[in-house]
Amino acid sequence: MAIPKVCGIETEYGIHVPGGDGNPIAASSVLVNAYATEAERRTDWDFEDETPANDARGFTRVGSLAPVVETHLANTVLTNGARYYVDHAHPEYSSPECADPLSCVLYDKAGEEVLRRSMRAAAHVYPNAPGAVVYKNNSDGKGNSYGCHENYLMDRAVPFAKVAAAIVPHFVTRQIFTGAGKVGAETAALDRSAVTFQISQRAEFFEEVIGLETTLKRPIVNTRDEPHADPRRFRRLHVIVGDANLAEVATFLKVGTTAIVLAMVEDDVSPPRDLTPADPVRSLHQVSTDLTLARPFMLSDGSTATALAVQWELYTAARKYADHYGLEVLGNDGVGEQVLQRWEAVLHGLEQDPSTLFRQLDWVAKHRIVEAYRERHGCEWGDSRLAALDLQYHDLRPSRSLHARLGMERLVDDEAIASAVTTPPADTRAWFRGQCLARWPEAVVTANWDSLVFDLGTDPLRRVPMMDPLRGTAAHTAALLEASSSPAQLLERLSA
Amino acid sequence: MAERELKRKSAPARTETEVIEEAPAASERGEKIKAELDDLMDEIDEVLEDNAEEFVRNYVQKGGQ
Repeated sequence: MAIPKVCGIETEYGIHVPGGDGNPIAASSVLVNAYATEAERRTDWDFEDETPANDARGFTRVGSLAPVVETHLANTVLTNGARYYVDHAHPEYSSPECADPLSCVLYDKAGEEVLRRSMRAAAHVYPNAPGAVVYKNNSDGKGNSYGCHENYLMDRAVPFAKVAAAIVPHFVTRQIFTGAGKVGAETAALDRSAVTFQISQRAEFFEEVIGLETTLKRPIVNTRDEPHADPRRFRRLHVIVGDANLAEVATFLKVGTTAIVLAMVEDDVSPPRDLTPADPVRSLHQVSTDLTLARPFMLSDGSTATALAVQWELYTAARKYADHYGLEVLGNDGVGEQVLQRWEAVLHGLEQDPSTLFRQLDWVAKHRIVEAYRERHGCEWGDSRLAALDLQYHDLRPSRSLHARLGMERLVDDEAIASAVTTPPADTRAWFRGQCLARWPEAVVTANWDSLVFDLGTDPLRRVPMMDPLRGTAAHTAALLEASSSPAQLLERLSA
Repeated sequence: MAERELKRKSAPARTETEVIEEAPAASERGEKIKAELDDLMDEIDEVLEDNAEEFVRNYVQKGGQ
């Protein structure tokens, strides 16, 4: 049976220091540390339970490169329950656990605000240093990519192979609404002389269908098995194939449609026919470069379909699934139904005229201004002004951001985002983590997704496990926290 | 499936009717959108990095996950 689709988004931001010494690790550390000192007290992240080398297929890796965990780098936990740190020479914001896709949009936008505040804090702490500029994108246009990962809570009882097989058609085709758009191409996977604009930032960096890697030979389905919860009950599907979205509608659909398809797998519901592409990696690349959305690719059964047709079949199956099973696993307040309605509307829009979605989808919005710029200035493809336009779409500074000027449709307002920068979601364990950090910053010495460690000034340190992402909510712990005047009292009551 | 097919088939017909009945409104709307785009492109010309070539050349990232 499907379980609640607790979800989160982990974004590695691009960082550029105009006139700087070109050390992105130092520049990223400055941002995170300045934010931690200025805006939040620093709480160290605890790596004890991190096992990025565990593979969901049931074996521990042998002979491949282990992801490097650099514990000496800036690393902090925020009072909204997020983790904010330096990863692979990029500042990374991992959102708190969210109970529904709309909440996920809110905490993803709160992450952008954290990065904006970090730029301001760094300018304040280091007034003479050249300021770093942060970009929410996935590539530098020169063959280097960095990720925007999603994660979804799954029932451990469902075999991973079944999840992987069922999700491939969605991951190959969802880019027609989740793509962030890109001028040109930058890897050997595509014919760089022929691609002028493509739908996805990330697609051309994928080389395998399934695997554990995240930094090379990237797979469409990533097998990293870190549940950050009770491993007997849960898995946490780690998704690396997506683009970083600025458009709220795109993020909402990216997370919402994926959550529904995953819930269907858990309930053993599938579309009437197998939609798996015969060559998923090639189809992923082809879909990204086909702005007409009309070119079919071959499915494994020998028939052909376009990305749009695959999405229509997934949507139709999802609608039928929702009618039978309901969508409570996507949260209360009808969020699941909103996802379905948006999904249908966007597919209609893409079918009739994609350009009508310029206020909803990143790739359409970017394509529109690139084409308008080309027309106005008579630029050829390959003109660096078009590449600059592409990069600057993702610039987070309000004074420079092009995205912010496009009047994109909003799903969450600025007031809610400002509140989400410091307040955790009330309906997951992020509430307990964030509230403890806000109340007793001196006592929480380390924090992790599934535990908090308190130093009460007496030996030994006390570890509070949080093995269920849906426990530790405001409903469970608000009264307890209210009634505890000290962390010692809280721990006493918790163990009672 | 059948229901969705129906909806999709009926959609273009509805659009055609709208186009015929609301032609003046539609063209006004089109002009408004074009004027908005012109203003937007003026603004973009103002905020776009001055030296695009240098900016693009220097934007180099270390690969990540």
